[in-house]
Amino acid sequence: MSTLAADSIALPLDAQQLGELQRAVAGLAPAQLTWVSGYVAGLAAADGGRTAPAAPPGETLTVLYGSQTGNGQTIAERLAERARDQGYATNLVSLADYKPANLKRETLLTLVVSTHGEGDPPDDAELFHEFVLSDRAPKLAKLRYAVLALGDSSYSNFCQTGRDFDTRLAELGGERVQPLVECDLDYEDAAAAWAENVLAELPELLKPAESPLPRLRAVKNVATFDKSNPFPAEVLANQKITAADSSKDVRHIELSLEGSGLRYEPGDSLAVIVHNPPQLVSEFLNELGLDAEEAVTVGSESLPLRQALDEKLEITAANQGFLRAWAGFSGANELSKLVEPGNNAALARFLETHQIIDVVRKYSARISAETFVGSLRKLSPRSYSIASSPAANPDEVHLTVAAVRYEALGRPHWGAASTHLADRVAEGDSVRVFVEPNPRFRLPSDDTPIIMIGPGTGVAPFRAFIEERVERGATGRNWLFFGDRTFRNDFLYQLEWLRHRKNGHLDRLDVAFSRDRGSKVYVQHRLRENARDIYGWLDEGAVIYVCGDAKHMAGDVHDALIEIIAAQAGRNRDDAERRLKELRRAGRYQRDVY
Amino acid sequence: MSANGLSDVERIKAASRRLRGTLAKSLVDPVTGALAEDDTQLSKFHGIYQQDDRDVRSERKRQRLEPAYSFMIRARVPGGVLTPVQWLNMDRIANTYANGTVRLTTRQAIQLHGVIKWRLKETIAAINEGLMDTLAACGDVNRNVMAPPLPQLSALHREVHQHAEALSARLTPATRAYHEIWLDGKKLDSGAAEKEPIYGDTYLPRKFKSTFAIPPQNDVDVYSQDLGFIAISEAGRLAGFNVTVGGGMGMSHGEPDTYPRLADVLGFCAPGDVLEVAEAVVTTQRDFGDRGNRKHARLKYTIEDRGIAWFRDQVTARSGVVLQAPRPFRFVGNGDVYGWQQDDSGLWHYTLFVENGRVADAGGVDLLAGLRAIAGTHTGEFRLTPNQNLIISNVSDDARAPIDALLAEHGIGNTIRASALRLHSMACVGMPTCGLAMAESERYLPALVDRLERLVKANGLEAVPITIRMTGCPNGCARPYIAEIGLVGKGPGRYNLYLGAGFAGERLNSLHLENADEDDIVGALSPLLQDYASSRGDAERFGDFLVRTGVVREVRAGREFHAAARD
Repeated sequence: MSTLAADSIALPLDAQQLGELQRAVAGLAPAQLTWVSGYVAGLAAADGGRTAPAAPPGETLTVLYGSQTGNGQTIAERLAERARDQGYATNLVSLADYKPANLKRETLLTLVVSTHGEGDPPDDAELFHEFVLSDRAPKLAKLRYAVLALGDSSYSNFCQTGRDFDTRLAELGGERVQPLVECDLDYEDAAAAWAENVLAELPELLKPAESPLPRLRAVKNVATFDKSNPFPAEVLANQKITAADSSKDVRHIELSLEGSGLRYEPGDSLAVIVHNPPQLVSEFLNELGLDAEEAVTVGSESLPLRQALDEKLEITAANQGFLRAWAGFSGANELSKLVEPGNNAALARFLETHQIIDVVRKYSARISAETFVGSLRKLSPRSYSIASSPAANPDEVHLTVAAVRYEALGRPHWGAASTHLADRVAEGDSVRVFVEPNPRFRLPSDDTPIIMIGPGTGVAPFRAFIEERVERGATGRNWLFFGDRTFRNDFLYQLEWLRHRKNGHLDRLDVAFSRDRGSKVYVQHRLRENARDIYGWLDEGAVIYVCGDAKHMAGDVHDALIEIIAAQAGRNRDDAERRLKELRRAGRYQRDVY
Repeated sequence: MSANGLSDVERIKAASRRLRGTLAKSLVDPVTGALAEDDTQLSKFHGIYQQDDRDVRSERKRQRLEPAYSFMIRARVPGGVLTPVQWLNMDRIANTYANGTVRLTTRQAIQLHGVIKWRLKETIAAINEGLMDTLAACGDVNRNVMAPPLPQLSALHREVHQHAEALSARLTPATRAYHEIWLDGKKLDSGAAEKEPIYGDTYLPRKFKSTFAIPPQNDVDVYSQDLGFIAISEAGRLAGFNVTVGGGMGMSHGEPDTYPRLADVLGFCAPGDVLEVAEAVVTTQRDFGDRGNRKHARLKYTIEDRGIAWFRDQVTARSGVVLQAPRPFRFVGNGDVYGWQQDDSGLWHYTLFVENGRVADAGGVDLLAGLRAIAGTHTGEFRLTPNQNLIISNVSDDARAPIDALLAEHGIGNTIRASALRLHSMACVGMPTCGLAMAESERYLPALVDRLERLVKANGLEAVPITIRMTGCPNGCARPYIAEIGLVGKGPGRYNLYLGAGFAGERLNSLHLENADEDDIVGALSPLLQDYASSRGDAERFGDFLVRTGVVREVRAGREFHAAARD
């Protein structure tokens, strides 16, 4: 055992820890030692590796991830676990925790990163992204790497963050061991193939740290129901919570989790398996003159076209890939031009205003069912920020869903998921769901003040937060900023907020309604009006949460916060921006925007 | 009731710093369209009632939204007289801040409905800019002082109207709270409270209603009011007033200790004694009215409990006025006379039928637009009647034709040709805004009258006036207990049917049918109208006929109101 003390490798234990470890294993039989080695490895895996001290750069695979929804984390965890199982020293780190300075010491790196909104990195990756793309980034002559990009091709700058990293690491001298793989919402197959390819290369890239040993895994509390096996949750309530005169239809949906064993925390999301609007499916069949019963292939499955359009394929939001395919089918120059490089702005505008059906109607083409199906993405589950605290609502999960329905281009349009929940399931029906943890959106300690900014359905997680804090008897003060179109028709959960305020559970409540008066007032205006108090709360350690629209609101709120810090602290804008970044790093500025 | 035996409203008044409460803060609370709970009591003293749209109340509760709160604002119009400019101002305010209609009340006031909290202050300010106000239009104070709009006797009307204005001014609360909160008046130092010489710290135990009357019309329903002054004219000049006290309509279903009561005639006073007598009546009620039970707090119960002789002594002692024996007078009816009438000075007056007091543009009758057009050219007055109608007053000979033309142009000219039953109908506001309503009232009575008109016509009674009044609750805003046919809401679509009041408001009616639906009501009235048509005496009124033939028992006093029904 004395070989353990060899200093040829840098030891992550201090002398005392090493002594304790040596005493603990002294006198064990070989079989017992084998078991203990597996036990310890299992402990590390169960921890996700995050709190384990980082293995030093050297003959180590570093698996980095940064994503908003947790999908990236799952992919990275699986990859790291399998590499470890094969006996490679593996270091799994979230980009939020990764020190950019370590980059120059890395020899083998995989990076799983999502793209957010119109080409932005996820919150966790923001600082790292900025560093790598900056002039401060070091030369990386020793580095070999592979990047997996996650994204949503209905946005124009699809997978931009992954592309940025992939290109930039090469510029800095890194050697690409796998080509960049870009995944759409139906990422599973592509991501799994990428991971397989990476794993297949490992024997040539890394020396095994030790010969692989069979090991026991520490028991992890794995839910029986997950993405591959969603839980059919009974709908307990489907209640419209905007008034009859509202321009919006927002639903409060209550689902039963009884018997599922599913657990969630305030801040988590619920993914919902949806069906497409049946009117839209019929419209496609009519428009294309296709036979509903014709068999088509989706993945490895053969099924009737109608069923494929109903439940397997994305037929609402258009994306670049589809436009490219349809440009070919229809021979429409307009479309071909749009998808040429350099037309990002026009493409973004087009994707914002056209669903797939609009493209099909506008640029006619005669194609087979199989070809049509081949041009479509798989239908992905849709995520909603959970609006309930499990402590306050045992065995239930609540969602706040804005039904997307609008007239455009001379026909009705629907959002697939929102109308599935609002229109096509009634109380007593069931909806297939699974939980998506969001560890980057969590309540702080009970005595910490919180400022919640959640206009529109962005208020959902804050309903969960307050319910949870009431249940826990938390003493920290709570301040909510809410906004919507009109006070009378769109004040989501108004009665609940008034009750919380009356009972002393909501210390401050500020609202902004954009269509009640001549000038439009939004939450960021209310933030500025309360600059001094917000800064005061921050000084007392408050955590700021933002949930809702990523396109405008999140940026406007972000700017308002920078202004507030600058003005109140008497700093310039750059300093204030830095301060806000520090707050974000410290987990005191958390966002769940979409 | 609180621990010291006082009702909760007494606590709120006492703590309110002369009706200020936390109203100013309530108005700017951005997360609720309501006032703080205590402030909803105080706002009434400022002429403002918090209400909500009851049509959507339960739906909004399911939607996790608070009730659709809005406010009713009542402007005082002492004696019901206003200028065309004032009318135009109210019309503009109704269209800018309220629901686009103007509601004339049974107390000659003007109500606006549907004003949201964020616009209350602007609305009140606009009303005051038009030289009207809303202070003391509701609440535990003397409310809008009524006076007959009586067009025929111009000199007497003018004189009595001056008394009404003086009484209104005398009994207006002295608090500066109204000016501070609504008109950005200078604030008193906190803690300081201005003198409230008549009302004191806690104002009156309950609302207080006063009126003047000029026989032979009892259009003001003097007997239904806490305090009344019946003008006695001798040799063509005003000799003085018979003073009446202790009338009141309100009661509660199922609580026989509560009842409508007609006023007693206390005695006669000279014109110069009106203010002193009135103040003595008010302060006696202030000091002796029941402050523990708001359902037993009106002056009528004080007088029932302590006796009219005791009350007269109090008034004499406080005012120094020894009342003389009442002078003779006679009332012939409590309705309005419609159409053009000429007064003794030669000027013309047109009494317009405003069904249930609702001035709106609806159903081919553009009343609001028509009155706007008339007000634009009219140089006389508008007078509001106690029957929720409107008089275009003081029209010269040559101005008649243009007004007739405007009436015709807006579809208003023929409204006074409705059946006599409809012209003598009256309903309170009721659903959906009034928080007290148990059943429909204003929105329903016209349809019920449609049906009854067929009965009336079948019996050849379309020209015979019969008073019919409906309220959504037993509080009695439309004075249903002195209607020949009174209908008081019990629940959705259900009414108590009261019959047999005096046509001049001199006798209460009596319960005939309980919890009646429309078919029950029509079924009960059908044979009675038939009998009335075939066997009524010469000029015999429907109410008198029902009492004479024993259909209902004569109610001689309010305390017998429920007993009469049980016999």
